[in-house]
This record gives sequence, C-alpha cells and structure tokens, in this order.
Amino acid sequence: MKFVKTVGLALLGSALAMGGAAAQEKTVKIATEGAYAPWNFTGAGGKLEGFEIDLANDLCGRMKVKCEIVAQDWDGIIPALTSKKYDAIMAGMSITDERKKTIDFAGPYANSPNGLLVAKSSDLAKIPGTGQAFNLGSQQAAAEKAIEAYKPMLKGKTVGVQTSTIHSNFADKYLKGTAEIREYKTTEAHDLDLAAGRIDAVLADSTNIIGTLEKPEFKDYVMVGPSITGGLLGAGVGVGLRKGETELKKSFDDAIQAAIKDGTIKKLSEKWFKIDTTPRS
Amino acid sequence: MDFAFMRDAFLTLIGGVPLTLNLAFMAVGLGAILAMLLALMRMSGLKVLDWPAQAYVFVFRGTPLLVQIFLIYYGLGQFRPTLQEWGLWVFFREPYWCAVFALTLNTAAYASEIIRGGLQSVPYNQVEAARACGMSGILLFRRVIFPIAVRQALPAYGSEIILMVKATSLASIITMMEVTGLAAKLISQTFRAVEVFIVAGLIYLILNFIITRIIMAIEWWLSPHLRRPPAVEPRLEAAHV
Repeated sequence: MKFVKTVGLALLGSALAMGGAAAQEKTVKIATEGAYAPWNFTGAGGKLEGFEIDLANDLCGRMKVKCEIVAQDWDGIIPALTSKKYDAIMAGMSITDERKKTIDFAGPYANSPNGLLVAKSSDLAKIPGTGQAFNLGSQQAAAEKAIEAYKPMLKGKTVGVQTSTIHSNFADKYLKGTAEIREYKTTEAHDLDLAAGRIDAVLADSTNIIGTLEKPEFKDYVMVGPSITGGLLGAGVGVGLRKGETELKKSFDDAIQAAIKDGTIKKLSEKWFKIDTTPRS
Repeated sequence: MDFAFMRDAFLTLIGGVPLTLNLAFMAVGLGAILAMLLALMRMSGLKVLDWPAQAYVFVFRGTPLLVQIFLIYYGLGQFRPTLQEWGLWVFFREPYWCAVFALTLNTAAYASEIIRGGLQSVPYNQVEAARACGMSGILLFRRVIFPIAVRQALPAYGSEIILMVKATSLASIITMMEVTGLAAKLISQTFRAVEVFIVAGLIYLILNFIITRIIMAIEWWLSPHLRRPPAVEPRLEAAHV
C-alpha cells in the first residue's frame, strides 16, 4: 500500500510540475477547417497547408506565442470555440452580424468577392455581369440589379453552396424559389457534384473557385457572374474569438495590422490566390 | 437550457420526419425482398448460389454504412458517362435514390442473416408433422415454415428496423435534409449544438418508441400459444360442494 501511495504522490508531483511549465509558455490553439483550398486544406502529406496556415504562423511569430493549428469540421467550428476546445478560428470565416452575436472577430485579414462556377458548355456560362464588381453594402441597388439580371437564367437549375456560409445566406435571400439550392458540408463536396453533373452551378468565394479551377478535372469549367462583396456577405474574413477575450483580440488585431502594413498579407494572398485579397480600410 | 428555443427547434426538425421515415421504410421494404432472396440463396445448398450470397453479406456487413454511402454517391459520380450509356444515371443523379440504394443494400445483408436464422430455427418435427398431413412445397412453406420463421426472427428484425431509422441520419451527408440534416443546418445557424441535438435525439426516440410498440403488437399477434388463456369463471355451484 505504501508503494502505491509513493508512486501516486510522485505522479501527482510530476503532473503539477508539467502543468506549471505549460503555463509559462503561452500556447494559442487555432482551429481551421482543412477542406477549403487554397485558404486551408490538407496537403498530400496529410499536413495542413494554405493561406491561413502560413498567415497563422506569421501572426503567432508577431504575437510571440506558440501556435497549435488543429482541423475541425466547419459546421461545429463555432460551438467548439465557445466550449473552449480551442482559442481562435482561422477558417475563411467572414465577419457577419449573425456570427458577431455569438463570437468576436479580430481583423479582417482578407476580403474577396463571390462568384459562380459553371461548365463552359452550359448555357449558364453566358451569365451577364461577369467581370463587374459590386458592394452589397454601399451599392445595394446596383448590386441587386446585377443579381436580378442573371437570376432568370438560373430558373429550374440546381445550385450548390456550402452550408452555413455567407454564400448559403446569399443563395437563401436572392436565389431561393428560382433555383433549387442544395447544401453541402464542404466546398470539395459541391465541386465533386458539379463535376458529376448533379448540380448546374456552384456559388462560392472567388478565391475558392480559382483554387478549384486549377485542378485538371475542372479545365472545362469557368467562373461567371458579377463579383459581389459586402452587405450580407460580411465585412471580410477575420479571426474568430470567444467574446470577452479582449487581450487576445488586441494582440491578433495588432499583428494583422502589422502584417497588412509590411505587405506580408499581400505576398501570401498572391502566393495562394493569385490575386491580392488584402482588406482595404 | 432555453425551452422556447427548443420548442422552435422541435417544430423545425419535425419537418424532416417524413423524409426520415420515407428513407427508412423504402430501405426496409426493398431490403426485405433482397434479404429473402439472399437467405434462400444461402439455404439452397448449391455452391453457385450460396457463395455469392455469403460474399455479399461479408462485404456489406463488414464495411461501414458511411463508407458505402460515400462510395455509391461520390464514387459512382465519377463513372457518369458509363452510367449514362446504361441509362442508370437518372437514378444515381439523385441523392435520394443513392441514399435509398445504399441503405437497402446494407439492411439486406443484415436481414438475410436474420431471416436465415429464423428459417433454420423451425423445428423439424413440425415440418414432419406438416408433411404427414400431406403438405409439401409452397403450401408447406406458406402454412408452416414461414409463419414460424417470422415469429422467431421478429425480435431481431425489429432491432434491424430501428437501426435503419437511425441509419437514415447518415443520408444527411449527401445533402438529404432529414431530421439530422435539418439539425446540422439549424446548429450552424444558431451555434447551439446541445439544445438542437437533444431535440433531434428526442425525435428519434419518439419514432423508435412507436415502432417498437408496433413490433411488440405483431409479436403478440403471432404468438397465441404464449398468451394466457382467457380466464374461466369458476362455476358457482362448485363452491357449494
């Protein structure tokens, strides 16, 4: 019995010592989705890669903290943050009023418009407004007119969106009733169904569509439609944080501002998206 | 715990019940036919029939339903030109039919073993008795073997039906908006996982409660020999003796 007690005490002692050591070096656990190329995805070697992985490592260096990046399914990503499974989300998450009710955001660190991905051979490839840019916040009337212009072409078609994204909100508000909206858990899933011909178009972020178009099996596809930002599409992509963590929010905000100022974000976005997605203030 | 929110969630998720039941009953119904066929193949005593049936059961019982759904939905999606040539694409294009197909193939594997167990448990003396009465072939099967086998297999088959009702939740991953699909959508809108999943669990519990009652009623109806005989009123005059 004495032996058991001694071993037990020794184990307890070492556990306490380890806990003490961990507290000295601050670790920030960041969640990403790992299925949203080129923002964040699981690379060939099974490692997480992408714009946000590079950016997270850069920001953590600036914040002088140790970072751990973990993958988490998109549809549970906010509940797991609020239940403290990790401290921050960097997963291409747009800052929207609806999400702000539950969590806080640092940033934005990127801002990119949406678009439609369709087959070159389909009649949807002729959708008007391609190449035009609108802000749903500041130019609501013009943006809505551009949406109305292509809407009739989607009649009876099936459009795929990722569930609980700004794009599914956009589809619910502007396309529901005209097109059939089908919701997918990941963007990879709706891309596969577009390639299989189960759906006629994908509504997604332009950076994501550019990433998809690089794959050889999408060589006969094209991005169409007006480029729309703002309004219900949110105020850019930010770092999701639990409410009340003002210290962490401030250090993320400072690090993001510094990364914007010295051109790191521009460099990383051009590396991953081929376009500059630096948010303009 | 926000009860007003849970009531709203309940009303939203109830909308998925018809699709959940539709998937479950389509799969159980079609699966039962396939299962019967497989059970008869296994009991035929012919190796050419027995072995394919054994291989089928092995594959579909040995792999997760989730993997089967993925393979049927996304895997077959890559063979679109071939399927179009065979005229099968109309069927595999729809997520609904892919889900029914996967659930049917899966339940048939389990159910065929349950049916085989039921058929094999029919006591031989009852078959002999039937033969002594002059029954044979289809008449023997219909009057004696089948009813006894069903009665034996029913408890296990009831569990299989309940498993299928729960298995329909996997159809949500191929865009089917049944109870679990609606729950996932609602969680992603409200970020309140606990309340929504409690409500979703409750809905499955209610569905399965009703199904178990129905199965129990059928069991009772099929087992007259186990029921207590109707109580006989004691004759009054007997008391005076």
